[in-house]
Amino acid sequence: MKYRPLNLGRWLIWGATALVFLVAPLALRQAFALTMMTQMGAFIIFALSYNMLLGQGGMLSFGHAVYSGLGAYITVHVLNLVSKGTFSVPVSLLPLVGGLAGLVFGVLFGYVTTKKAGTTFALISLGIGEMVYACVLMFPDFFGGEAGVSTNRVVGEPFLGITFGPAIQVYYLVAFWCFASMAAMFALTQTPLGRMANAVRDNPERAEFVGYNTQHVRFLQLTLSAFFAGVSGALSCINFEIVSAENVSAIRSGGVLLATFIGGVPFFFGPIIGAVVFIFFVVALSGFTKAWLLYLGLFFVAMVLYAPGGIASLILLQLPVIRARRFREMLVPYALALAAGLVALAGLIGMVEMVYRLSEQGASTVLGVLGFAFDARTAPPWIAFGLVLAAGLASLRYAARFALARWNAIQHDLLARQP
Amino acid sequence: MEFFLIQTLNGISYGLLLFMLSSGLTLVFSLMGVLNFAHASFYMLGAYFAYQVSTKIGFWPALVLAPMLVGLIGMAVERWGLRTVHRYGHVAELLFTFGLAYLIEEAVHLVWGRIAVEYRVPPELDGPLFTIYTSQYPIYRGFMMLVAVAMLVSIWLALTRTRIGLVIQAALTHPQTVEALGHNVPRVFMLVFGGGAALAGLAGVIGGNAFVTEPGMAAAVGPIIFVIVVVGGMGSLAGAFVASLLIGCLQTFAVALDWSFAALFARFGYTVTSETPLAALWNIGLSQAAPVLPYVLMVLLLIFRPRGLMGTREG
Repeated sequence: MKYRPLNLGRWLIWGATALVFLVAPLALRQAFALTMMTQMGAFIIFALSYNMLLGQGGMLSFGHAVYSGLGAYITVHVLNLVSKGTFSVPVSLLPLVGGLAGLVFGVLFGYVTTKKAGTTFALISLGIGEMVYACVLMFPDFFGGEAGVSTNRVVGEPFLGITFGPAIQVYYLVAFWCFASMAAMFALTQTPLGRMANAVRDNPERAEFVGYNTQHVRFLQLTLSAFFAGVSGALSCINFEIVSAENVSAIRSGGVLLATFIGGVPFFFGPIIGAVVFIFFVVALSGFTKAWLLYLGLFFVAMVLYAPGGIASLILLQLPVIRARRFREMLVPYALALAAGLVALAGLIGMVEMVYRLSEQGASTVLGVLGFAFDARTAPPWIAFGLVLAAGLASLRYAARFALARWNAIQHDLLARQP
Repeated sequence: MEFFLIQTLNGISYGLLLFMLSSGLTLVFSLMGVLNFAHASFYMLGAYFAYQVSTKIGFWPALVLAPMLVGLIGMAVERWGLRTVHRYGHVAELLFTFGLAYLIEEAVHLVWGRIAVEYRVPPELDGPLFTIYTSQYPIYRGFMMLVAVAMLVSIWLALTRTRIGLVIQAALTHPQTVEALGHNVPRVFMLVFGGGAALAGLAGVIGGNAFVTEPGMAAAVGPIIFVIVVVGGMGSLAGAFVASLLIGCLQTFAVALDWSFAALFARFGYTVTSETPLAALWNIGLSQAAPVLPYVLMVLLLIFRPRGLMGTREG
């Protein structure tokens, strides 16, 4: 088969993605949905840039927020200077400023971190992240301390009536940069550098024998990744109009790791799914329960244990079955597994929420589910939810075995049919 | 002189506490290749368990019970978590322990709340041990050093003088051979992981009331012990010891000293004003810069000696 980088399938997929970006705010008109989608756009760039390290370069970083956060700080200061009239940069080009700032810090810190690979790289990136966080709190004149630096994104003369005041204009700005960064990062995976990064990830020794300096490859990959992280930081700065120490914190670095892994590290589009799911957890679920971080952590650990390829791998596993027109056979086992999973989840949520009610000072310990009210200080609800959880887990185990057996049987048939 | 002695003693006791943490981490790392990201979380669990036990039956039972509980949790984590992800490689193991650290912190939030708990030094250990010049040195600091040294000596004896210790040492370098000789290496792994967690738990029992027992304590001490492991050289116990004492003393001295570049320049007859370029940097006192120092040390060491103080392997 001839290698054709621009084939019909790719045109269709990228065209559909662009269409989704364009149409999404028209389909979901609530202000809540719009702010969530704007955050998703910025976070998609961040997660994709993170996957340039973890997925494509094999570098597990615990300090990626450094690049996006410092990019955001530089952007906020540039924006403030623009509003003072010191010099003029259009707001729509500010992401480039953030990206360049990220690139500079990537060169600076990348020189130290990429000296090592593997576990040591992970530790050093963590150390650099903590160092930058401590420095941010040390220099309140520039970084604004805990409160951060705030700004106003409506500066300069409106261009074609665009002021970036209304949220919808910010959304389209983010959407444009998100799409452009996605395309650029995908193009990078096809370049010799992108391929060499994969080689260095898989077998550094052999890459050195071929004549490449693995440290240099890691360094280049990290600086480019830092550029896109900076773009994402600038976009979140424009969106929130404030940059604080939280932007460079370990919490944010951990968040992007969680999002990327949940989405799927081995695939280019995995982090996009991960970013969407993660922002949904952060924005939507945190409004319902204070234990949302616990649920997110449990979800992450479950993915590490049972689906190390993330959501993307779960989707891609179904493709051969669908292509062979045998997906209908999988419907029953999947439905059973889903039902069992929901039962287990209900038991778990019930117990977690009861623990939470008991631990919080002054909160009512009486909860209500489906019209039944019960007190978390009494034993019966604990026994009931415990039984639900146990039953759910046990049936989930059987359902998963059933689904796996059937999937394997189909796979076996498909392999046997191949010439 | 008085200042110097007191600060050195404080630095050593803090450094020994750090070594109690980093020794377990290093042992687990060199045996299993797993960098346990949740190690500091076990430290936190130790402190909280000790608080819970000491409110019910007292501090001395807690000193034994809390590390044992943490060790059991560690063994369960190895048996039902780490062993499952082992086939996916070291990155997956690291990610698993990272997720575990998240879960433990959230569980602590749920069970004990978000503010610090009142885990106090027991009354019989409260008070001055001896007096240097005019300052009193607390008994509890001496007790911390005693526990740390006793623990280190017993680990050393256990590793070199007992049968299981010899098996562990052999499994460090030649796991296949040890397995061929009929030893259950996965069980050895489980014991070592549980033991490392128990050591972290013990450090939590004696560190939790010396400092503060709060949900942020794992996140505060975690990066420091990882820096120690890097500075000492990955997998080197002796390196971890030197690095722990070094960073312990560095931080205690830095917090107490009020030096800054501006003062240094003033000694040479140059005054830093707000117009001087980078004035904010020159005016930062050493005490304010203390949190950054371990990381600066790590960066400098990586530039000039990438394998760490006593590390043997490159890369």
